[in-house]
Amino acid sequence: MKSADAFEQLKFRDPERARGLRDALHRLVQRADHAPVSVMHVCGSHEQAIAKFGLRAAFPDELKVIMGPGCPVCVTDVPEVDEAVALAKQGVRIASYGDMLRVPGTSQSLADAKAEGAKVDVVYSVTQAAELARQYDEEFVFFASGFETTAVATAAVLVDDPPDNFSVLSAHKYIPPVMEIVAEMPETKIEGFLAAGHAATITGSAVFEKFVERHELSVVIAGFEPLDVLAGLVKLLEVINSGVPRVENAFPRCVTREGNVQAQNLLWRVFRPTGGRWRGIAHVPNGNLRLRDEFARYDTRKRFNIDLSAIWSYAPPKLVQQCQCGDIMAGIASPTDCQLFGKECTPESPVGACMVSAEGTCKIWHQYGGRPDLRSMKRGAA
Amino acid sequence: MTRNVRFVEDRITLKYGTGGGAMRALIEQVFAQGLGDIGREGIGLSAMDDGAAIWLGDQYLVITTDSHVVQPIEFPGGDIGRLAVCGTINDLAMMGATQPLALTCAAIIEDGFARDDLKRIWSSIRATCEEAGTTVVTGDTKVMGHGEIDGLVLNTTGVALTKRVVSDAGLRPGDRILVTGTMGDHGLAIMATRNELALETQLESDVAPLHTLVHRALEVGGEDVVALKDPTRGGLSSALHEMADKSGVGIILDEPEIPLRDEVRAVGELLGIDPLVSANEGKAVFGVRPDAAASVLDAIRSHPLGRNAAIVGECVTDRPGFVVLDTGFGSRLLAEAEGELLPRIC
Repeated sequence: MKSADAFEQLKFRDPERARGLRDALHRLVQRADHAPVSVMHVCGSHEQAIAKFGLRAAFPDELKVIMGPGCPVCVTDVPEVDEAVALAKQGVRIASYGDMLRVPGTSQSLADAKAEGAKVDVVYSVTQAAELARQYDEEFVFFASGFETTAVATAAVLVDDPPDNFSVLSAHKYIPPVMEIVAEMPETKIEGFLAAGHAATITGSAVFEKFVERHELSVVIAGFEPLDVLAGLVKLLEVINSGVPRVENAFPRCVTREGNVQAQNLLWRVFRPTGGRWRGIAHVPNGNLRLRDEFARYDTRKRFNIDLSAIWSYAPPKLVQQCQCGDIMAGIASPTDCQLFGKECTPESPVGACMVSAEGTCKIWHQYGGRPDLRSMKRGAA
Repeated sequence: MTRNVRFVEDRITLKYGTGGGAMRALIEQVFAQGLGDIGREGIGLSAMDDGAAIWLGDQYLVITTDSHVVQPIEFPGGDIGRLAVCGTINDLAMMGATQPLALTCAAIIEDGFARDDLKRIWSSIRATCEEAGTTVVTGDTKVMGHGEIDGLVLNTTGVALTKRVVSDAGLRPGDRILVTGTMGDHGLAIMATRNELALETQLESDVAPLHTLVHRALEVGGEDVVALKDPTRGGLSSALHEMADKSGVGIILDEPEIPLRDEVRAVGELLGIDPLVSANEGKAVFGVRPDAAASVLDAIRSHPLGRNAAIVGECVTDRPGFVVLDTGFGSRLLAEAEGELLPRIC
């Protein structure tokens, strides 16, 4: 990879244009017939951009931008982690993304199991996992996490004749159904969603049209540079103020109405949606992606008898009981509402999943200084 | 120093070597405990500055020491030898002592280390000393078993005399913060050589002796230069946090003003490493009274190593001990590096 490739994105970081968008946000919030206006994003990458560029300090006081369940690692449910840990402790070789290793299950994380001698590998992609599987003569399980974007990559490997010893323990999740759940949560009173530009590149903007009809809530698709986020919020407030809920695409340089049809076909050829729990949030109908029967021979759950009984008799430690990750992912609480944040719970020794993953709200806030509200800072000597 | 209370683990882990809050806590809690005072006018270990200053009656003897572990030992823009010489010369200069009298150099070598490599590193040490107008006057050699140490560790100590000592704790509200050039070059150059992503970059370490640059700035700024620090491990963020903490001021940093090479910015994004927590080995941070800021900036810019110097921030009364980053889009607190972000970097 050439580092020059990364220069391109810098043009979406012009502070001059940002000031214009910021002013527009303030004007639009003033024009709303009520305060505050609450909107939600459902993507860790959006929170990354907001935190890294200090955007929260520039938002109008009357605009609440709530962090939703936007981190696939964080919403991986405890029993899903338990399945991987149990398999690892049964002696099966497991590979997963680095973040997934440290997500706590009921009694242990995969990293704990590894420290006790289990065969656990870190991989950067599903392709790498399949290549690695070819080097072993034993069963090789890929513990797969991620939203529909990452699930397509997993699907691509499964249709491309993976090695016989390779199987997938899917913890993949599908974002649109969870939006239905949080849209109806009484605690948040959301008036619109900022949808993730990368996921919409695959699903297309049309996937949200039914949602808008059902919930009368607007959806604006936005990218991840600071100007993308600000432009997305401006568009969202315009739509909310108009009183006519609809889907708008504020990331047209990547997203179309139809999306990537080839990727969608691949996704649904390999996966089927099924209901399941999202950690800390709720049972989400059609929120989990599991392998279809045609791919049963690559389905870890069909291939192994996973015995969870030993794990479930374990009582979670006290700190875990104080962890507020669930409320944080549901958008009800902020990291700073949690007593453990930055004290007992840090990226070095995380208590909850939100502090583990690079897309977890707690990890992001911690990385970028811990407290977002700096509106009151004054310059010059007192 | 209440921010350090959580660093009390039973074992010393890599994070205690990152130059951030954990390391400062370790010095406070272990190394600086129970040592005798060096006299009212001097600066000792408890001040946790870049070096010590001993009052001789008419001037100060400044002394500083530094151990160097870097992997790879030869990297784009330098090697461990040049790093060892520059690191110590720069620590002297950060105390205001800009004429290094002499250095010592101790080498701890791993069993099996190639003689040719050692000779190459030593000729780099000689060349850097010559460039800086100083020399190595004594040393020590130890060899450790294979696998007990990674290649080569160098320790250098330096001494110099000065009439006036500049601490890193002299900031007050209104003072301006200057940096002498682009930030993060050394750390990201080293990371790019190591990272598994096989990056093709032109990145080079900025390792260089800064004493003549500091000398020029002090000639112009005099007493108005109130704080000096080299942003090595932990980068600009750690240096500013330490200065803010010791001085009891807040610092607002204007991100768009911070000089950054485009490539450093881009590689930092790719690797997920903020250039502001990445090490520098040829840059200094100045705290200057507001009226002198422009003339000190001009003086620094007139030096070949200071051409990209800039005024990047301002001290405030709000939030003492904290650094606020004004991103141009909004603002946030700047975090210090924690954990094993970049082990064995300098």
